[in-house]
Amino acid sequence: MFTFIVLLGFTSYYFGRRKAYTIQSTNKRLTALPQFYGYYLAIWCAIPAFIIFSLWAIFEPTIVKLLILSDYSNQGYLDDELNLIYEKTKALSRGQFTGEITPFIEASAEKYLSLRSIAQSSKAVIVLSIIIASVAYAYKKISSNSRTREPVEKFLKAVLFTASLAAILTTVGIVFSLIFQTIDFFKVIPLFDFVFGTHWYPAKAFVRDSSEALDPTMYSDTFGAVPIFAGTFFIAFIAMCVAIPIGLMSGIYLAEYASVKVRQYAKPLIEILAGIPTVVYGFFAALTVGPFLKEIGNSMGLDVSAESALAAGGVMGIMIIPFISSLSDDVITSVPQSLRDGSYAMGATKSETIKKVIFPAALPGIVGSILLGVSRAIGETMIVVMASGLAANLTLNPLESTSTITAQIVVILIGDQAFGDPKTQAAFALGMSLFLVTLCLNIVALRVVKKYREKYE
Amino acid sequence: MNKNKEQLLNKRYKAEKRFRLYGQSAIFMALLFLTIFIFKIFSTGYSAFQKTWLIVPVTFDAELMMLEQNPSKEDLKDADYYDIALKSMADLDPNANEDQENELKRMVSYFFEREIKRELLNDPSLIGKTKDVYLTASDDLDQVFKGNYPRDLPEDQRRVTDYQLKIFDQLVELGKVESKFNLSFFTYPDSREAELAGIASSFMGSIFSILVCLMIAFPVAVLAAIYLEEFAPKNRFTDFIEVNINNLAAVPSIVFGLLGLGILLAVFQLPRSTPLVGGITLSLMTLPTIIIACRASLKAVPPSIREAALAMGASKMQTTMHHTVPLSMPGTLSGTIIGLAQALGETAPLILIGMVAFVNTIPGSPLDPAASLPVQIYIWAESAERGFVEKVSACIMVLLGFLIIMNLFAQIIRHKFEKKWS
Repeated sequence: MFTFIVLLGFTSYYFGRRKAYTIQSTNKRLTALPQFYGYYLAIWCAIPAFIIFSLWAIFEPTIVKLLILSDYSNQGYLDDELNLIYEKTKALSRGQFTGEITPFIEASAEKYLSLRSIAQSSKAVIVLSIIIASVAYAYKKISSNSRTREPVEKFLKAVLFTASLAAILTTVGIVFSLIFQTIDFFKVIPLFDFVFGTHWYPAKAFVRDSSEALDPTMYSDTFGAVPIFAGTFFIAFIAMCVAIPIGLMSGIYLAEYASVKVRQYAKPLIEILAGIPTVVYGFFAALTVGPFLKEIGNSMGLDVSAESALAAGGVMGIMIIPFISSLSDDVITSVPQSLRDGSYAMGATKSETIKKVIFPAALPGIVGSILLGVSRAIGETMIVVMASGLAANLTLNPLESTSTITAQIVVILIGDQAFGDPKTQAAFALGMSLFLVTLCLNIVALRVVKKYREKYE
Repeated sequence: MNKNKEQLLNKRYKAEKRFRLYGQSAIFMALLFLTIFIFKIFSTGYSAFQKTWLIVPVTFDAELMMLEQNPSKEDLKDADYYDIALKSMADLDPNANEDQENELKRMVSYFFEREIKRELLNDPSLIGKTKDVYLTASDDLDQVFKGNYPRDLPEDQRRVTDYQLKIFDQLVELGKVESKFNLSFFTYPDSREAELAGIASSFMGSIFSILVCLMIAFPVAVLAAIYLEEFAPKNRFTDFIEVNINNLAAVPSIVFGLLGLGILLAVFQLPRSTPLVGGITLSLMTLPTIIIACRASLKAVPPSIREAALAMGASKMQTTMHHTVPLSMPGTLSGTIIGLAQALGETAPLILIGMVAFVNTIPGSPLDPAASLPVQIYIWAESAERGFVEKVSACIMVLLGFLIIMNLFAQIIRHKFEKKWS
């Protein structure tokens, strides 16, 4: 069906172009290049087809479902039961049903199949007739040699514009996917308990018997997110302790001291660190760094957990080094040469120039790059899931295990999720807070960097 | 006074040297991490490309296999191989008691009778004869042979018993243990048994997701970039789109996973665990990367090109489609490849949409459940068996290899085809 329509589109293109040539041969002046006549027809073929197909895709399942379930309508079934019957019918018609087959369901499966085939054939008929009508209309238009380039270009522009909405749609999608679950979550768990509670124990929510009604008081000590937030910022802090000094110093060195040759090799090498998938870092942290720290700690008589915050944070820091180094490198190179020359002329050494002149001038940009690094550290998932603990401890000891927002989301949502369960909703609420925090950081960071760029451009 | 000045100057020079040293050591540290990292992965991973085989004489006894005279191909397929398989393992030690026979059986992989079956199906004339057959060693013995297994642990902490080790050592002395290239690592799907686990299923999963991602993200991103760079009026709304794109580029990947779960799976009811959903989720993630790259390379096309086309009477749309866009393609393509490389390494969103499910078949289309390479790394890294550690590293090597190839490719496109203006 789809290929047929594509073929039809191509044929109408050729028809349109041929028509243009015939018009040309009658010594009339064309209003546009011949291929625009073809495009015009093809568009008139594609748009109606597209509209009907999408309408069909939206309404067909609902209508079929209504028709099937109308057989059951006056037998006193609940909505859930009706849905179940419909699912069974569909499964049976695909031959994937494994449960007990009742004659009722068998009958409706047959009805389902016949309805589907009716729908398919009527769709084909309707699409074809409408396409032919619209192409005929367009053909008449081009025969009278009316304008074709302008509508075609307008159409293309509309397509381009729609594509550019994809970014907004994605953002809207993110917000939508998070917000409903989050609202449902806060209907059960008060916002106050979530933000200020100090016990995070979502496994407790699984002990519930699903047939009983939700009892909010049961969860009063279950979803307190303070340990999670604290753990997230703590691990991000450790990561930045590694990443800022190393990243910043290597950025400064690359921008100010390094010879062309060193720069040529060192910069891409450091940037390899940014290209390594985070799951690889996670494996490295869990298999090598964690046990290594534990051994060192034990030899010094310290009790170090194999899944310590230090291991996860440290490896995360390594991951962030290239972000900070290349961004601060960019920022420092864009500081105008005149500032340096002025400082050298006053007799300052290179390091004094960097510390007293360039660094203050580049500070906003550097702060921006650090904020972006922090946002990355907070949103980083795999390293924490694999190398840090999964139990939420409220601790400031880097040698103990802590958990983060991202790790908890993965822990809760891995495997099968039941939507409507407070535990699943809790993951979405955590996702919402993660999204908001990183959004704020990103906006501030991007603003700062942009302002800074404008200052020297 | 003069002396004081000299001291001060010396101090300043020393500070200068110190500062320089800090910079050098920072670079050194970063590169050191990289080296340790790569060394560690390679040193644990390279051995996974070898696999240990035990060479065991198997007697194809028609009676034990429940075969009649002159069996057809179908009969051979349906025959009972378990008993002869068991017997040939038990025959390794004629004095073995029942427990020991059981241990002998566990020296080879879980599905060892299939390897015997394959042997016979290849050569049906073997019935009644005895032949040395290569059987995959169990993952623990595989590790013992590679020297990764601590033999000096007390027996109750080992998964290999003393008895198995004794027989194994005898076999080694007789030259009946061989190490060959591990082809099955590339051709087998995932398995719970480390010696049989391969990356074929997750590899195909990755390929399908990346293809879906490319097919969605590339056209949409290029069209969006063209609009924003060439046609968009400068107003609040386009500013808003820009801010959106820049923000999306920095949104944590796991949030995209939540989007896939909450919208694609819950609202649109797309099939769980499939590369289709994974690819769509990844495409939303790579969209901003490609848009930004494409816009940058459109911006790099000098205005003189556009002006020349317009002067020749081309419309704005023709100028863009015939001149600006083709000239910007090298930059866009290399940006796209880099974006895809990022998507290839992404794990967290795929976990959320259920691509961690255990899949022991090789997916044939984007609608079959599958894992992906990074998710496979995660799955194996989480399992406790020793045999999986080297598999993880080997899988990482494969993944890194792909990323390196893709990035090199992007570099080549950029350097070979990009025109330098000015």
